[in-house]
Amino acid sequence: MTAAIKQPGWIRGALGAILGAAFGFALVVALRKASGLPAYQTEQTGYPQVVVPLITGPLGFLLGFGCFDYWLRWAAGMPTIPEDHSQHGATSWKDYFRFNTDHKVIGIQYICTTFFFFFVGGLLAMLIRAELARPGTQIVDAATFNSLFSTHAAIMIFLFVIPVFAGIANYVLPLMIGAPDMAFPRLNALSFWMLPLAGLMFVGSFLAPGGAFDAGWTGYAPLSTGAPLGQSFFNLGVQFAGASSIATALNFLVTIITMRAPGMTFWRMPLLVWANLSTSLLVVAATPFIAGVQFMVLFDRALHTNFFQFAGGGDVVSYQHIFWFYSHPAVYIMMLPGFGIISEVISTHARKPVFGYRLMALALIGIVVLSYSVWAHHMFVAGMFSWLRVPMMITTLLIAVPTGIKIFSWIGTLYFGKIHTYSTAMLFALAFIVTFTIGGISGVMLGMVPIDIHVSDTYFIVAHIHFVLFGGSVFTIFSGIYHWFPKITGRMYDEKLGRIHFWGTLFGTWVTFIPMHWIGMDGMPRRVADYATQFGDWNLLISCGAFILGAVQLVFLYNMIVSWRFGPKAVGNPWRANSIEWQVSSPPPIFNFPEIPRVVGGPYEYGVPGARHAIMPGESVEAPSAEPTVVGSA
Amino acid sequence: MYGRLPIAKMLAATVALAAAISAVMLSINWDGQEASTAAPKIDDLLNVMIVLSSLVFSLVVVALFYALWKFKVKPGDESDGEPIHGNTRLEIAWTVIPTIIVLFGAGYSWSVLNSIEKLGKNPLTVDVFSQQYAWSFGYPGKGNVYVQGEMHVPLNRQIQFKMHAQDVIHSFWVPEWRIKKDNVPGITTTAIVTPDKLGTYQLICTELCGFGHASMRAKVVVETPADFQKWVGSLEEKVPAPLAESINQDTEANPTPINAGGA
Repeated sequence: MTAAIKQPGWIRGALGAILGAAFGFALVVALRKASGLPAYQTEQTGYPQVVVPLITGPLGFLLGFGCFDYWLRWAAGMPTIPEDHSQHGATSWKDYFRFNTDHKVIGIQYICTTFFFFFVGGLLAMLIRAELARPGTQIVDAATFNSLFSTHAAIMIFLFVIPVFAGIANYVLPLMIGAPDMAFPRLNALSFWMLPLAGLMFVGSFLAPGGAFDAGWTGYAPLSTGAPLGQSFFNLGVQFAGASSIATALNFLVTIITMRAPGMTFWRMPLLVWANLSTSLLVVAATPFIAGVQFMVLFDRALHTNFFQFAGGGDVVSYQHIFWFYSHPAVYIMMLPGFGIISEVISTHARKPVFGYRLMALALIGIVVLSYSVWAHHMFVAGMFSWLRVPMMITTLLIAVPTGIKIFSWIGTLYFGKIHTYSTAMLFALAFIVTFTIGGISGVMLGMVPIDIHVSDTYFIVAHIHFVLFGGSVFTIFSGIYHWFPKITGRMYDEKLGRIHFWGTLFGTWVTFIPMHWIGMDGMPRRVADYATQFGDWNLLISCGAFILGAVQLVFLYNMIVSWRFGPKAVGNPWRANSIEWQVSSPPPIFNFPEIPRVVGGPYEYGVPGARHAIMPGESVEAPSAEPTVVGSA
Repeated sequence: MYGRLPIAKMLAATVALAAAISAVMLSINWDGQEASTAAPKIDDLLNVMIVLSSLVFSLVVVALFYALWKFKVKPGDESDGEPIHGNTRLEIAWTVIPTIIVLFGAGYSWSVLNSIEKLGKNPLTVDVFSQQYAWSFGYPGKGNVYVQGEMHVPLNRQIQFKMHAQDVIHSFWVPEWRIKKDNVPGITTTAIVTPDKLGTYQLICTELCGFGHASMRAKVVVETPADFQKWVGSLEEKVPAPLAESINQDTEANPTPINAGGA
């Protein structure tokens, strides 16, 4: 027992959580007593005896779990434990449930955790659609309904779409650039372990007095500053998810910039690497804004600061400026890694170099730059300075140009290729092009101030974001999961079940989200538990579509679990792809490469006679072509 | 070496598909009844966008499905495609042409925006008060009379709504007018509408404001100026003191001199 307490792990982690929470609780009670106040404060925005333990408890867990052990010894000048790689890699399933510094283990930890929350968020969506199937209130009351869509969105955004991309990239990216691991493996592990804490806070807020947070995932002040205790769970959950995101982005930046294999110049990087470089540039600079603004809301709630309380001299609209300064780039944080996945999948399965590789990379950078200058298009009717609307409209519409370049280039990649559609990954990639185009088109319409004035905060918005985030991001996630499933698990998945999942998802997406455009333009506002009876039939259809969409995800779950356990063994390179991760075994060896590979050409040289992307250790060097291959020459 | 693409046929298919989609889409009145001078302008912009969008969508669909039909691999073919890395002229084209299209859209939108928000001479000012979960209205030009849950306005007269939220953000939307504006605690926001159809409409709150959000509605009646005068004359209640105070306290969203361009 004493040994278990000394060892980093679950027992010490649980102890740390309890001690941390108790310390926070005692601190609050003691300080309140010392100030002559009652021990507890139960005003709905207050509850310091809950809020402070919500910070100290998770930190105690991370400490106990071993996330800081190495650093603390080092910082305190104690003798560090020599790195014996005991925290690296997995030999049994138990190794996935501990502090592990192997990027492949962390990638799997991320992907499994985020998909768990995908199903939690999906269940909430099913409840939402069940309530909305008929006008009137049947299943939940209006207050609970507000909690349902708020937690649905928060979980899907902060616990699924953003981190699942971090998970896929965590697994694939170091292999792709020929690196043995990420630049900071311990930071990588810490980033992961902060994530489930955020998820627990979001889900746990249902237990708070007053119910889960219910001011929308946008948490606009002053609705959020006056909301019940659950809102504080959201404010703090975002801190952990955000810190996780920022640390991972820093890790990716350093890894990509400094750890590419010899010969991998910027113009020889696969587009997935470019995409994660761009995403990380967005995360490191934008995510601190949402962290900050949620702290400001928390301070307004608990400490009675007056950032957004108009009665105390605060400025209500400034919340939205700060929030969207993160949350618009966040849309691209949720999309750019997917763009990278699509480039890999389409090029591989069309047996063709990516069309206009350099312009594709530059388009990503263009999106990064532009996306910092469009945030106020979420606020065209918000009562901000009206002159700000026109420049924001112009930048918003211009962002369609680099996005269009990407769509056209993917289609261009297909031309004169040999298109294989046997893989579910390719089906999702091709369908993504069409559904994302629709989301892009409705986005351009929303960018136009006069149209936005009419459809802002209606179901048209709901339709748009789901076409972009579900028809866009989630399709790319499925594509990526299917594509790298053999590499990650060493097994093949069942293509027949994959096809059922694909067609069901495509059908469900269209039936669910297309009619939302219509009812929105016709007058149905968003975020309502009840609506005018004229929208009843469309809502019934939407709910049926949503249930199909929900049910077919179970096919995916079954396919993934059963194939992981019993699927036929995968060869190293089942898709005959060029990039480096496919040149090692499936799953890759524990330290990825016995020796770092040497990159000698572009990543997509399909059909170029004699061209090579990389020479793997142990390979003879006579293979590369005499003529230099020009990457992305136009 | 690469074989030629039937560009003319593909363009024809794109135009035909776009025409078909546009025809269906334009035959439906998406936004519902038009009851203000702004509504047809916004709907025209939407219709232009529907046609342009149909064209873009058709281009993507035709190009994608032609590629899938023409370049799908034959069973057993393990070879790679043609090593084409790009085409500078094509890439310039699909950068420049969309830029021109979106800049046109931006210019058109800007002109529509200016025209729907142009403040005329002698508008009727109506104060809008919103609080969880009710609307009420004051008529400062008519002896500051006050009414709850129901607003009357005269036909064909420009109305300037001055909005004041008392607790959290609400949003003022009459779908038939196509006009929406948030009511923000602490500031005065403005919306400009010229109703041009008689009738009864619904004012809908579109900003999440709490558990009563879905039912936060008010009745809007557009009537002849004579009927309006009669109705407003029959009101006796005055704007209550706390609401009147919020008018004085709230700061303008567009303080002079930067209020050029409407509110």
